[in-house]
Amino acid sequence: MTAPPSLLVEDLAFAYPDGHQALFGVDLRIERGERVALLGPNGAGKTTLVLHLNGILRGGRGQVTVAGLPVGRDHLQEIRRRVGIVFQDPDDQLFMPTVGEDVAFGPRNLGLPEEEVAARVAEALDQVGMAGVADRPPHHLSFGQRRRVAVATVLSMHPEILVLDEPSSNLDPAGRRELAEVLESLPVTVLMVTHDLPYALQLCPRSVVLDGGVVVADGPTRRLLADADLLARHRLELPYGFAPDRV
Amino acid sequence: MGAGHGGVLGAAYVVGSSPVHRLEPHLKLVAVLGFALVVVATPVAAPWAWGAYAAYLALVLGVAALAGVGHRRLARGLVVEVPFVAFALLLPVVSQGPRVDVAGLSLSVSGLTAAGGLLAKATLSVLAATVLAATTEPRALLRGLERLRLPSPLVQILMFMFRYADVVGGELRRMRVARESRGFRGRHLGALKVLGPAAGSLFIRSYERGERVHLAMLSRGYGGRMPAGPAVAAPAQAWLAALALPLAAAAVLASGLLLG
Repeated sequence: MTAPPSLLVEDLAFAYPDGHQALFGVDLRIERGERVALLGPNGAGKTTLVLHLNGILRGGRGQVTVAGLPVGRDHLQEIRRRVGIVFQDPDDQLFMPTVGEDVAFGPRNLGLPEEEVAARVAEALDQVGMAGVADRPPHHLSFGQRRRVAVATVLSMHPEILVLDEPSSNLDPAGRRELAEVLESLPVTVLMVTHDLPYALQLCPRSVVLDGGVVVADGPTRRLLADADLLARHRLELPYGFAPDRV
Repeated sequence: MGAGHGGVLGAAYVVGSSPVHRLEPHLKLVAVLGFALVVVATPVAAPWAWGAYAAYLALVLGVAALAGVGHRRLARGLVVEVPFVAFALLLPVVSQGPRVDVAGLSLSVSGLTAAGGLLAKATLSVLAATVLAATTEPRALLRGLERLRLPSPLVQILMFMFRYADVVGGELRRMRVARESRGFRGRHLGALKVLGPAAGSLFIRSYERGERVHLAMLSRGYGGRMPAGPAVAAPAQAWLAALALPLAAAAVLASGLLLG
């Protein structure tokens, strides 16, 4: 028997209470261990889709399934363990007084025993190359370090899928490379929301383009980025001088 | 950033490893509260009251010396007392009853006593609190409050205040730099028209950040209660060491009440 896909989104539609419809029937299937970039212009519905993955937003049409478990009211806690969302601003993600307590927040919410929590904290910080900062307050770290610690705060929950919202934003080039190295080394399914097309090409063999609340393209990142018409139709632009076929 | 420990709110902490530093935070909180209660329970009108205050002062200065908290640090802690001083100075002027002449001013005797008592009690309590703040990291204080069963929402509010004071402070600074970079100088009353909306937008930004933080918490399984970390029971010895200060103060008070 093959493992169920890490993420299965079927015909997902959603309108906000004010009547604004953000998603019009999204289908997406991500297999175990895949790294997929979610591309699309501002207002395409990317954030709305992400907030459906762990059941923060619910109640529209369609179904989200995480490793075989449908997202619903009954087992939200388990869904939130399986889906690790790293938000864009690490200052939103890191709210505890110290790094260690922050990385321990998720495992403690899962009710794990203290020895297990300590082991998870050490493991997660080690995975992002930040071992030894557990006792530091987050505001003493550089922005790049905070971003990596933010990744550790969800890794400590042993997620099925890691969802990253604009992971490269505001990073300096070295911080960007360090984060890429960390993400490449993680043995976990990744869905990465980004405007940073070279980063998508570097890290994700496959990309999905969302626009107007539907998936408009899904395929190998290199092929999508070489399709100038597709990019232009959906307000996606490569940086000046960047040629995907020459990377 | 203060002593490199807690940003703007950690400035009170003085790094050290004295016996006072090493005491469990919740014990220190109980000790300071107990000391303050004994101090305020000392009747200022009693003839032995000032002797008792002097004894309390010796006690709290002794603890400060043990903790390696300098006089300068203590004096800075007393700054928070200034509003009380202003109020205490008014008391002798506005109180009723028999009066005495001091340097041409007619002052109320009972007002003078009350003002003196108020100042003495406030000073002693603030000194004890200053020693506490200087020997305990802010987050250790939070842990202490949690262990003393302060309602969890209150501890969480304090914790977020501690965590985000620097973030909000940074936003405030950036907004000021942006204003001044475009030639703004807040020196006259008209500046309020600019500063009011700026305060409003800072509030909205902070509110929105609060919503984003809540979202991040929910995403990691937050269900309304902060998950507790490990808690080790404090040994009786530690309790005894912590309670030495309030117990000694209570002994002074008791001897005053019984013998005075």
